[in-house]
Amino acid sequence: MADFQDIWTYLSSEPLLWLTATLAAYVIGDALFQASGKRAYINPVLIAVILLAIALTLSGTTYETYFNGAKFVHFMLGPATVCLAVPLYLNLRQVGKSIIPMLVALIVGPITAIGTALGIAYAFGIRGEVLLSLAPKSVTAPVAMGISESIGGSPTLTAVMVILTGITGAIVCTPLLNALKITDYRARGFAVGLTSHGIGTARAFQVNETAGTFAGVGMGANALATAILVPLLLTLF
Amino acid sequence: MISHLTVILGLQLLGEVITRALGLPLPGPVLGMVFFLVLLVLRPAFADAIKSTAQGLLAHLSLLFVPAGVGVVGHIKTLGSDVGVILLAIIISTIAAIVVSVYAFTLTAKLMGQSNG
Repeated sequence: MADFQDIWTYLSSEPLLWLTATLAAYVIGDALFQASGKRAYINPVLIAVILLAIALTLSGTTYETYFNGAKFVHFMLGPATVCLAVPLYLNLRQVGKSIIPMLVALIVGPITAIGTALGIAYAFGIRGEVLLSLAPKSVTAPVAMGISESIGGSPTLTAVMVILTGITGAIVCTPLLNALKITDYRARGFAVGLTSHGIGTARAFQVNETAGTFAGVGMGANALATAILVPLLLTLF
Repeated sequence: MISHLTVILGLQLLGEVITRALGLPLPGPVLGMVFFLVLLVLRPAFADAIKSTAQGLLAHLSLLFVPAGVGVVGHIKTLGSDVGVILLAIIISTIAAIVVSVYAFTLTAKLMGQSNG
């Protein structure tokens, strides 16, 4: 019989183990989310991330080794983004009717996101590269990293802040919007996608298809809006 | 199924190539989404055929963010002593941006005489 060392050598060099672990961690996170009666603070992504981080630490596995397996899941983000066209197409009339409210939200929302984040960080003494990296945090990661690089931030730091923003938005949106008694799912979805990109959009789809559709539009539109607004707003700091 | 995936990946590929060629501030897949939408509008019959593949991919959109999320854990220490302030800034600005955007949307819709949906 092969000893454990040989089996581990195989497992740690092939993508199978960490691909399976990624799916398993998400299944656990999703099961807890369902069991809680879909409570927003039981976030499946956050639970899966914590479980996997613990597993990587305990097994002494590097992120590179982990990502060798997880990249198959990560890769699907691109095709899934393309597929957002389908709910958009199915709700096209409703989206078309909402162009003007969306445009208004698209101007004031990103200004608020960028302005408050920079303002708070600046007030607490954050300067330089870290401050600049924070500016595009509400935008989907590839665009945010590009913006960050072009204004002198760190794309890696920005990626961290983007994910934290996404998880924050996904957790706070439902209780926050319920407390404000907002019943228009177009507005709810658009605001969440605009503020917390794909992670917020994924959350919106869990709540309501209309919300998910508008979140997808918000995410795409904010990629453009923030790319234009960040350099403008930075001239104030 | 395979032909649908080929179309989806092909549109993403087209989006990636064009955004890079023209230096657009958009990710390739977002432009791919725009192309896909145009395709669906031009060929409504195709929408019925590809709907289940696309909705299957979107049903577990959250899962796809897990690998990137795990990457964040390793980088949190690069924020060093700033981590508390950064988290505070992120939480407050996320809440503020959601509140401002949602009211901007609903108030504009109300001024235009639109009801919900």
